[in-house]
This record gives sequence, structure tokens and C-alpha cells, in this order.
Amino acid sequence: MTTTEATARQTGRIGESAQRPDGTLKVTGEYAYASDLWHDDMVWGVTLRSPHPSARIRRIDVAEALTVPGVTAVLTADDVPGENAYGLEHADSPVLAADVVRYVGEPVALVAADHPETARRAAARIRVDYEVLPALTDPRRALDDDAPRVHPGGNLVRHQRLRRGDPDPTAPVVVSLDFCVGMQDQAFLGPESGLAVPAEDGGVDLYVATQWLHIDQRQVCLALGMPPEKVRLTLAGVGGAFGGREDLSVHVHACLLALRTGRPVKMSYGREESFYGHVHRHPATMTYEFGAERDGTLVYARAHVLLDGGAYASSTAAVVGNAGLLGLGPYRIPSVAVDAYGVFTNNPPCGAMRGFGCVQAAFAHEALMDELADAVGVDPVEIRRRNGLREGERTITGQAVDSPAPVAELLQRVADLPLPPPADTADIRSLPGAVGNTTHGEGVRRGVGYAVTMKNVGFSEGFDDYSTARVRLQVTGGEAVASVHTAAAEVGQGLVTVQQQIARTELGVERVVVVPADTTVGSAGSTSASRQTYVTGGAVQAACGAVRTAVLQRAAVALGLSPAALRLDGDKVVGSSGEVLADLAEVLGGDAVEETVEWRHRPTHAVDPETGQGDAHVQFAFSAHRAVVDVDVELGLVKVVALDTAQDVGKAINPDAVVGQIHGGSAQGMGLALMEEVVVTDGHVRNPSFTDYLLPTVLDVPPMRVEVLEYADPHAPYGVRGVGEPPTISSGPAVAAAVRAATGRPLRRVPIRPEHITGT
Amino acid sequence: MDFLQPSSWDDALAARAERPDALPIAGGTDVMVELNFDRRRPGALLDLTRVPELREWTLADGVVRLGAGVPYARVIGELGDRLPGLAMAARTVGSPQIRARGTVGGNLGSASPAGDAHPPLLAAGAQVELVSAARGARRVPVADFFAGVKRSVLEPDELIAAVLVPEAAGPQQYCKVGTRNAMVIAVSAFALALHPDRQEVGTGIGSAAPTPRRAPEAGQFLAGELNWAARTPLPETLAAEFGRRVADAASPIDDVRGSAAYRRHSLAVMARRAATWAWDDLRRAA
Ligand SMILES: Cc1cc2nc3c(=O)[nH]c(=O)nc-3n(C[C@H](O)[C@H](O)[C@H](O)COP(=O)(O)OP(=O)(O)OC[C@H]3O[C@@H](n4cnc5c(N)ncnc54)[C@H](O)[C@@H]3O)c2cc1C
Repeated sequence: MTTTEATARQTGRIGESAQRPDGTLKVTGEYAYASDLWHDDMVWGVTLRSPHPSARIRRIDVAEALTVPGVTAVLTADDVPGENAYGLEHADSPVLAADVVRYVGEPVALVAADHPETARRAAARIRVDYEVLPALTDPRRALDDDAPRVHPGGNLVRHQRLRRGDPDPTAPVVVSLDFCVGMQDQAFLGPESGLAVPAEDGGVDLYVATQWLHIDQRQVCLALGMPPEKVRLTLAGVGGAFGGREDLSVHVHACLLALRTGRPVKMSYGREESFYGHVHRHPATMTYEFGAERDGTLVYARAHVLLDGGAYASSTAAVVGNAGLLGLGPYRIPSVAVDAYGVFTNNPPCGAMRGFGCVQAAFAHEALMDELADAVGVDPVEIRRRNGLREGERTITGQAVDSPAPVAELLQRVADLPLPPPADTADIRSLPGAVGNTTHGEGVRRGVGYAVTMKNVGFSEGFDDYSTARVRLQVTGGEAVASVHTAAAEVGQGLVTVQQQIARTELGVERVVVVPADTTVGSAGSTSASRQTYVTGGAVQAACGAVRTAVLQRAAVALGLSPAALRLDGDKVVGSSGEVLADLAEVLGGDAVEETVEWRHRPTHAVDPETGQGDAHVQFAFSAHRAVVDVDVELGLVKVVALDTAQDVGKAINPDAVVGQIHGGSAQGMGLALMEEVVVTDGHVRNPSFTDYLLPTVLDVPPMRVEVLEYADPHAPYGVRGVGEPPTISSGPAVAAAVRAATGRPLRRVPIRPEHITGT
Repeated sequence: MDFLQPSSWDDALAARAERPDALPIAGGTDVMVELNFDRRRPGALLDLTRVPELREWTLADGVVRLGAGVPYARVIGELGDRLPGLAMAARTVGSPQIRARGTVGGNLGSASPAGDAHPPLLAAGAQVELVSAARGARRVPVADFFAGVKRSVLEPDELIAAVLVPEAAGPQQYCKVGTRNAMVIAVSAFALALHPDRQEVGTGIGSAAPTPRRAPEAGQFLAGELNWAARTPLPETLAAEFGRRVADAASPIDDVRGSAAYRRHSLAVMARRAATWAWDDLRRAA
């Protein structure tokens, strides 16, 4: 079978696992990431950050820092020419702290010097006189009257209410629980980096690793007090993102230093600084209750979700929206009362991370689903199948699901996959603790857990979500070459390949060049919300369509045929039965055909603030996981033996890339279930390194069976459904469920630490 | 920062004496982390990787003289039979890359309470050979080598030449708890060595006190209770009591890697299991 696949003709069109153009470079270590940016004559910028979770800045004395030889600039809030504020939803983050600092790690001053080391030493000589203020670090206290106010307007970022059905429902079976989720980090491997180059027109060119060039540009312009034509952004090599690059990091800082020094300025965080340099996943405290019939059919659900937004708004409001509107999972529930809150504290700011509010909620609703299964005496698969949403039914916001919703089928598929054999006690690597040699089988119990999720794809709640693509077809070296230009950020997910595949498919050409993403073309929207294949894919398809129409028009005139009878294929113009009529290169001659299209998906709508009802989302994506774990119940160590999944992707544009996304997302969700946590005590991060922020290794991540379903969404280009996020949502709860099944312990918090299992 | 690269042991000792501000570097897997994190700023690095003597191990009179610069990968590959406890510990260190570069000498040099080489060296009753140009060589029992958190009795003009480890006379075990299944610093660790020749039980505790330490009382207790002559099975209650005594010998703290209570608990479990495995091995060998 493998041989046939390998020898089958690869056209590189959609539906094939076309090779990534950056694949070899990345594997061989030759790919240039943002941290590899270099410019002759450049200087290095570093950031001085707050050591306090809450303090007033009385005075900043930069005199001594300026005397360090090699230092070219030292900047503070006074040096910000535009507005000293940025933010994705609310511009509430100072570019540099002016009067107060609100979290440990908040930028206070900048230094540029001819060597990063010199810059760091000089930064250490900046004297900041702080008056330490009481800090609010417990989000549960944030809304108390006597809590310190993090911002003058109070500590509430957003409260999303959701009310549906019977306001006072009762049910014969009632289950409830409390659940806490710790703070996860995106842990992208390429730290925040950028290079700002001052330009002759007084503007600046910024090369930076990011997820959305245009929203960065808008914020940088505001802070610099410059119009967009003076602030040009180009995407630098992105080493992972996962939401952690939606907010600004080095952007304004590097530009400020470049404009001040007149020199190119490079900034690149180290690993420790990176933990302070981007937002994290919101920690959550949740209370859930389900009421059901005796057969397990849900009657009502109540949920209270509290998300710690940390010191600045970032995307907390949107995360609260998701945690509220999607916080009860892919289930049919007649009566619902949800209150989701996001609050300010003096903890590290939290914002976007893969799964965006659904991750936290899923741990709670999936644990409660298992409780319900127990209470009514059915198995975890059956309880979910019974309550799973189906196409045509309504979500808890009253929105009709108008494309396939195969919740029951996904569950059945993972349930039907073969179970792994029992642990091999002769090979310690296959046991909990692995080479740590902590068990030879003693205390090891197996557990199986299931979870399922539904995630919105694209931006919701009425956001004007669009992407722009510019496609050009012209002859280069005797061949027709398509070039595709968008501002969409390739962050590792494979969008460049997808763009090529779409252009090959639509234009029937072999050679497709994807032009580097920058702000000389219109916005593509963010590489987040599992949306780029859908939205930028849609834009590229539409732009290619426009180019094709123009080209066929030309060909039709030249051939004296109707354009409707012509197609593009194999670099040729072909007739209705595939007969070659002309060479595409000949038709084009010396001309280029170029079209730019701004493409939108169907509009979404804001929800009613009182009831949360409304058609908030354009698409839902579904996945289910089954986790099998072996737990050493005496030591509390876990070995995930299998993590199998089924996901509906609508249409797999690039099947290998789809599976890659599912592998990675599953590992990330598993990481949150078992080990990934930014530990924060009194506002201080205690583990800002990969020594103590543990990510799953190859000995932790099991082989995965991935079942990819392709039920086309009739409203989406090619029928695609966002792929990136669902696996991150359903894998963690499945792992947690499996650990509960193995140990018999309730385990109402993730990451589950060994001491939670052993009870010590 | 100067980079000193002696190619003989004498030159290395001379350099060490002349440059008190020089930091020795072997595999560099601790040193480079410290430099990168800006925790240390030595005037010079004293590279020991070109000193041939440090990269050898020899066997004489039942004692392995393990050069300070022998990397973990070679301990695993070449000494698994003679020093099984140390080899098991070496297998748990970092990743293949770290095991290829990291050395037992470097582990001792760092003297971290979490160093994986320490518990098996304690259990085996090893000695560290320290040498200075001025005073020559001295041998310090590993149990006396550690002076506090990341501190040892190594003098500023001394280098670690080797560690002297008696060949295993009986089964040895090493167990390490970490929150993931590889590449993890020990939350707690325990090493056990049975010495049937002298009817003793060696122990070593890691990550559960300011320094690696032994659990001498627990070891004596178990040695006294075991039926060395008939090698009758180890009763579960006895193994459990040994575990409790090992846990009592620790003085762990709560930190970001684990709680003190969990560290004690896990030590008790590891000690019980390790004793059982080692004793069963001894019985099978008979
Ligand atoms: C990713 C990673 C994972 C790790 N995992 C583990 C782990 O699982 N377990 C573990 O125990 N450690 C671990 N470590 C730490 C480190 O690898 C070990 O401590 C290793 O034994 C250090 O040996 P080295 O040769 O690299 O020492 P170096 O870094 O070269 O030196 C360490 C210290 O010893 C001193 N030193 C070295 N040789 C001599 C000598 N001959 N005389 C006097 N002083 C000397 C140096 O001056 C320095 O203070 C890890 C490190 C990394 C980076």
C-alpha cells in the first residue's frame, strides 16, 4: 500500500500530502527563525521588567545606565511618542509602565547597546524607585468590594450570561462538581524576536514573528504616532505560536529603539524572559451542575466559570465569550444557566491559547459527564452519544447547527479502535516512571477515559472576519508560475503549503510561489481560531478563481471558443473533455494576470448580553479522544499508553498536515492534564524555564491512532473545517478521565500531580 | 573571559592553582546553563576535556577508579555489570545528548541535591579523589563530600580526579521519581546496594534533603533483619518498615517540583520496592 502511495503521481493539489517548502530547512536546522534575524550595523535591545506584582513607580533614574560604554539609548514611558497603550481588545497595556506596574515582568524601560550583554548590564543599572502596593493575586477575591483595584474601572473584564429554557428546572438525577485548571503556557520553541530597521522616510520596517501582521501594525502605529504607510511589517520565521504571539511583545520596543538610535535594532528574548513576554492560558475555577433524566438525558446545566485574566485585558473578553457560549460541550441541553467571568488580577496576563476558553470548560463538563454516566449506570461513551448534538439541532445559544455534527459517530469510532495490550513489565520504558525504574508492575492500574468537544472556527460574535489574497499568474522561465501573496502568518501549521495546493488546484499550474507575508497586501486576519485554511484558503481560492476567469477569457478570445468550455490543467488550457487547446504560457505571453480579493465567511452575530442567545459562530469543529493510561497508584506516576482520536475535518486539504496538527494538539492537551503548569505564587512565576515547566517528551507521548472524517461543511471552501484546536480540547479531559478511572480518585484539578493521586 | 585548555593533568592542576577565578568545565551541561542564565561570570573557563587521565576508568583490587571526565553514556555502556547502581542512575540522566557529554565528575562538582550520580555512589560507599598542585591527592568518602545545597568540600585550588567505587558485590537498584517519563530532574530518588559479603545495606537519598545523604539507620535495620544465610524471602512488612525508616532519614522541602510530604511518601515506596527487587535478585543468584 505504501508503495502505491509513493509512486502515485503527486500533483501537489488539494487532498494530497504535498511537501512543505520549509520542511527540509527546518529538519536540517537551516531555516531562519526570527531569532536568526541579522542586519549589519544593528544594535541589541533589551527590556527591564518589573520585579513586583503591584507597585507605584516613584522615579526612574537612567543616568548610570547611559554611562555604560556601548549603550546607544535608554528609554522609558516618557519616550513613547504616540499613545502609551496597546491591546487586542482594549488598549490598556502600557508600552512601558508609566506610573504603576501591575504584574511581575511588566516592561519598564528599554536599553539599546552594541552587544546584548552590554545592554543587559546597563539595564541592571537603571534605578527604579518602587513603592510596593498590595497585590491582588487570588482571582476569587477579584470582585470583592475590598479587593485592590488593578485598574481604575474595577476588576471585571467581562461577565457573559447565558440563559435558555426553564429558569427553574428540576431533574431526577443531579450531579455537580468543582474543577480547577492551572495556567498553561504556549511554550513555543522560538522565543519572541524581531528586527526594526529605521527607514529613510522616517518610518520603520519591522520584521517580527507574529500571528497577525495587521493588528500588530495598528497597535504599533498608535504607539509610535505614525500612519500605517510609515510602519511596515514583514513576517519573520515563526517558531510556534499557539496564541502566544497574538499580543505584542518586542514590536513597539524595537521600533522605538530603532527610531531613537537610527540603527537597526534586534530584540530576542531568552527562554526565561519569554515566560514573562507573552500571555498564558487562563487558569480557571469552575462549578458545574447537570440535571438529567434517569436514562442520562440532560435536562439542564448550570455553570459558573471564573477565568484569571491577569493584569491586562488581552483577549480575556473573547475567551470568556467562548468559555460561556461553548462551555457545556457538544451536547443537547434544553435548559441552561451559565455565568462566565474574566477578572483582572496582578498575576501574569492571560490571553489566547489554542482551544481558547473551551479547553478549561471541557475539563469540567467532561468530568461531570462521567459522573452522570456513573449516576445513571451507563458507560461514558453511551452517555455522550445519547446527549451528543446532531446536525439541525440547536446549541445552548440557540444557534442551529447547519453542517454535520457527528458527535456520536466520533465517539463510536474511538470506542471501536482496538485497545492496547497490557503493560509489558519486562520493559520499564513502557511503565509509569519509565527509566526512573520506580515500578516493575507494582501498583500499576490501567484506566480508560473518553472526551468529546466542539470548538468554534473563525472569529465569532459579529467580528468582521476576512482575509485578503493577491494572486498573480505570469510566465517565468518559459513556464506559467502563480504567485500567491497574503499577510497570513505561517506559524508552523502548514498554511504556505495549503496556499500552494489551492493555487495548483484552481489554476492547473505546477509552480506556485508563496510570497513572504507582509503588510503591503491587505489583512489576512489572525492565524488563530483554527481559521486560516478556511478564511485565507477561501481568499486564495476566490482570487485564483478571478485570475482563472480572466485567463480563460483571454484564451477564449484567442481560440474563438466560449470561456465556459475551457479549463486550466497541467499548465495548459484544455477543453471540456480534457483535450489540450493551448499552452498556458502562450496564452499569457508577456502579461501578468493579477487579482486581489477580500474574502469573508458568512457573518456571525453578537449574542444577547442577558441571555447569551444568538448565532455567534460560523462553524463548529468536533473531535473525540480515548485515552488509555497506566498509573502507578502508589507513586502517582502516569504513563499514557494510547491516545486515540477521531476528528471531522470537513476536507483534508493536506492529510499529513492534518494528522500532524492532531498529533500536536493532542500532546498539548495531554500536557495540561499531566504536567504543564506555570506555577504562580503571590504573583511570581516560580518555574520560568523548561527545566521546571515540563512539556511531554517522546517517552510521554504515546503512539496515536487518528481517524480523520471528511464530512464537508457545505458553507466552507472545499468543505473544510478548522483542524488545529479541537484535539487540544478533547485530549486533556480524556487523559484526566483515564487517570480517574485507574485510580478511583476524583481528581478535580489539572495538571494532575503525583501527590494528587497519592493523596500526600 | 579566558579559555584555558590544558592537555595534561599537571597543567590542569597548575592552571587551577594559578587562576582561582577559573571555572572548570567538563561536559558543560551545568556550566553552560549557568552562563546562559547569567548566574555565573567566571574570569576564565578551565576546559578539562583534553586531559586524557580524566577520561579513563581502571579496575584494581575490586575498586573501579572512574575518571571524573567519563561521560554517562560510557558508564552505561562499559560499567553496567561492575557498577549497576551508577549505570542505572546514569540511564535516567537527561537525554542522549546530555548523557553523551555530562560526567560524574561534573555531577559531583555541581553537588546538587538532585544529582543522579550521588545516591548510588553513597549506597556503594564510594570515595572522591581530590587533587591540588600544592597538597597532592586526598580521598573523601562521598558521604562527607557534600557540604550544603550545591556546596562540597572541594577547595578552590582542587580538581576532582576520579571517583573510586567498589565493584558491586551484590544487587543494586536506583529509582527516581520525576513528573514526566524522561528528561526530568528528580523529585526524589533512592539508591540501594546490597553488600552480601559484609552483610550490609547501602543507601542513598536524592532530592529530599539539602544534600544527597544516606539513610544509615534504615540500612543497618534492614541488614540486621535480613536472613543473609538462608536468604529467605523479604517479608512485605519488613520492606515497608525499611521504607518508612528511609523516609524518616530525609528532610525534604516543598518546592515547585513537589511537596515535602510527597517526597517522603515516594521515598518510602521506592525504598520498599528497591529492597524487594534487590533481595529477590540476590535470592535468585544463589
Ligand atoms: C537538559 C539537561 C538535563 C539534565 N538532566 C539531568 C539529570 O537528569 N540528572 C542529573 O543529575 N543532572 C542532569 N543535568 C545536569 C548535568 O547534566 C549533570 O549535573 C552532569 O553530571 C554535569 O556534568 P558535566 O560534565 O556536564 O559538568 P560541567 O557542567 O562541565 O561542570 C559542572 C560543575 O562541576 C565542576 N567540575 C566539572 N568537572 C570538574 C573536575 N574534574 N574537578 C572539579 N570540578 C569540576 C564545574 O566547575 C561545574 O561547577 C541536566 C542538564 C541539562 C542541561
